[in-house]
Amino acid sequence: MKFIRTLMAAATALAVTAFVAPTFAADDPGPAAYAQALKGKRVMLVPLAMGFDLAQGWAHYLKTEVEAWGGVFETRDPNWVVDAGAQAITDAISSDTRPDVLIIHAPDLNSYSKLMKKAQAAGTYVILVDNPANFPADAFVGSDWDRLGQLEAEAAIKGCGENSSKKIGLVQGDQANSSSLYQYAGIMKVLDKHPDFKVVAKPDSNWDATTSRNVTTTMLQQNPDICSIIDFWDGDATGASAAIRDAKLDGKVFLVTTGGGEKAADCDKLQDGTYGAVVMTDLARQSGDMNAIIKFLLQSGQPAGTSHTYIYTLEKATTKADLKPDSCWDLKALQAEAAAK
Amino acid sequence: MNTIGWPNFRSLNQEGIVFAIAVVLFVAAAIGLPGFIDANNLVAIVRSVSVLGILALGMAVVIIGRGIDLSAVAIMAMSVAWYLQLLNSGTPDGLAFAYVLAGVLAVGLLNGFLVAYADVPAIFVTLATGSFVFGYVRSQLITQDAVPVPQGHWVELLGGLRFLDIPIEVFVFAGLAFLFFLFLRYTKWGRYIYFAGDNPVAARNIGIPVRPMLVLRYVLSAFVALIAGLLTAASLHSINTRVVNSTLLYDIVLVAVIGGIGLSGGRGGVRNVLVGAALIGILLNAMTIIDIPLLYQNLIKAAILLGAIIVDGIINPRDEQTAQQGDI
Repeated sequence: MKFIRTLMAAATALAVTAFVAPTFAADDPGPAAYAQALKGKRVMLVPLAMGFDLAQGWAHYLKTEVEAWGGVFETRDPNWVVDAGAQAITDAISSDTRPDVLIIHAPDLNSYSKLMKKAQAAGTYVILVDNPANFPADAFVGSDWDRLGQLEAEAAIKGCGENSSKKIGLVQGDQANSSSLYQYAGIMKVLDKHPDFKVVAKPDSNWDATTSRNVTTTMLQQNPDICSIIDFWDGDATGASAAIRDAKLDGKVFLVTTGGGEKAADCDKLQDGTYGAVVMTDLARQSGDMNAIIKFLLQSGQPAGTSHTYIYTLEKATTKADLKPDSCWDLKALQAEAAAK
Repeated sequence: MNTIGWPNFRSLNQEGIVFAIAVVLFVAAAIGLPGFIDANNLVAIVRSVSVLGILALGMAVVIIGRGIDLSAVAIMAMSVAWYLQLLNSGTPDGLAFAYVLAGVLAVGLLNGFLVAYADVPAIFVTLATGSFVFGYVRSQLITQDAVPVPQGHWVELLGGLRFLDIPIEVFVFAGLAFLFFLFLRYTKWGRYIYFAGDNPVAARNIGIPVRPMLVLRYVLSAFVALIAGLLTAASLHSINTRVVNSTLLYDIVLVAVIGGIGLSGGRGGVRNVLVGAALIGILLNAMTIIDIPLLYQNLIKAAILLGAIIVDGIINPRDEQTAQQGDI
């Protein structure tokens, strides 16, 4: 009998808890307000192109969150063409399904400024990602490129060492993109503090791997004792690394670059010694920052263009020595996950 | 007569002018730039224009036959990207290559068919097929702009191949240039290309198979693009399809045209491609050594091209025939 009584008591306790718990939750106004502010809101990502690791990573993390809170997530693929991007933004603003939040990866400082202003006037929050632009967006989420350049220069100096030739070569991107210009400024800031280190050449790759290979070949030809090369993007640093390999200077030239921390693009190449150091963006965290600011803006009730927030992603120069299993994210795994759904 | 002293300027054509500019640049760079004349640097120059030169050979044959192939870069990048994608997803090598080769030849055939039998101007046909190839492969067959070469694959090994310390691309370029020279100079079909390019109607009237030959030229150009793509992937261990958006296509036309292959067809040969490639190679290398920013490099490149065209226009005024037919 005692056993049955205990059992009944336990069942009653359980039932009471089960009834009471939802009552408590219903008292919390958070979830309801959250759902009301966010449900059905549209978020659109317009990157430089959808075909590269950064954009695919952002899209993955954003989509997961936006759809989880009942929003609609879309992307547009300008495929590196500035006009196509402008067209996509224009269409988005004037369509019936105008996005509530527009996330823009600007190709340069000025191209989309007018369009972004129009978007804000129409009531769309504008978030700039990765590349800064001459425009007071509601938020900027991305790298502080100046700081990133400083980290690259510090990694290069460390990679060279005290007893080296102290000659550094740069492979810049171009002379229009803010990421390239600010990166250069950051590198020079650090090198100014180390006057014994010299930049011996600073050609542009135009973000193209073949050009990067050709200019690096010439650079190494002219200065075979270069101890480090900083290439401004892992997308074309494969060219610089090919030139180093061809000149049989593997292991002698410390190649520094920057990228989105994708496994095949960055970590695998640190592992096999192609790159000496990569200043990697923590993409999951950067996407998380975007998600947070999207949620904030949509609940804030403030008109678009009211406030301007800068959220810089924490950057870190990673070398082979401090590679960890979770240093990179894996695009293949994300794609497999998406395909499985 | 003018046997000693000043050369006869009247006999100078664009090829001669460009060759002269190239020689002057070469001598100036050799004197003024330390390390320019170094054997390794000279190899690097040739190598830097090898892929460009190979593509220009294909383009030259098409242009001589009074056509143009604007799909070359798309075929080059997308065929190899698809090939590597197939390999990365586990397709057997032989089968993957067969697919890609079939695809490349099909696009060449389509180009040729539309130009030769449907009488659509080459510039529109190839512009359209180029966009189609890029769009289809990029959206349906590959997942990313950059596709890596699988570890240890023959394409990767090809990139490391050296003879006498000279990269393989240089030999492939030289070999193809020689083959194209033999084809254009000594084969019947090669000679016919000039007739067809110079005056297609007359060529047809004397019984030359103008249309099948047209198809052949576009297939040839597509095939050459595949070779150029494989060499690019071999050197970089990956192929980035972004190259389709770059100025590479214009550089190819530039190499052919600056060397003196007239866009009106029927003129020029392999030598013109070599001269054009040499000028571009020397120019880019010297400007990189001097560390001129890319913006100015493009400006200088464009100015030299413009200069060569103007001088050519003055020395070789357009004749009645070109005036009537017009360029493409």
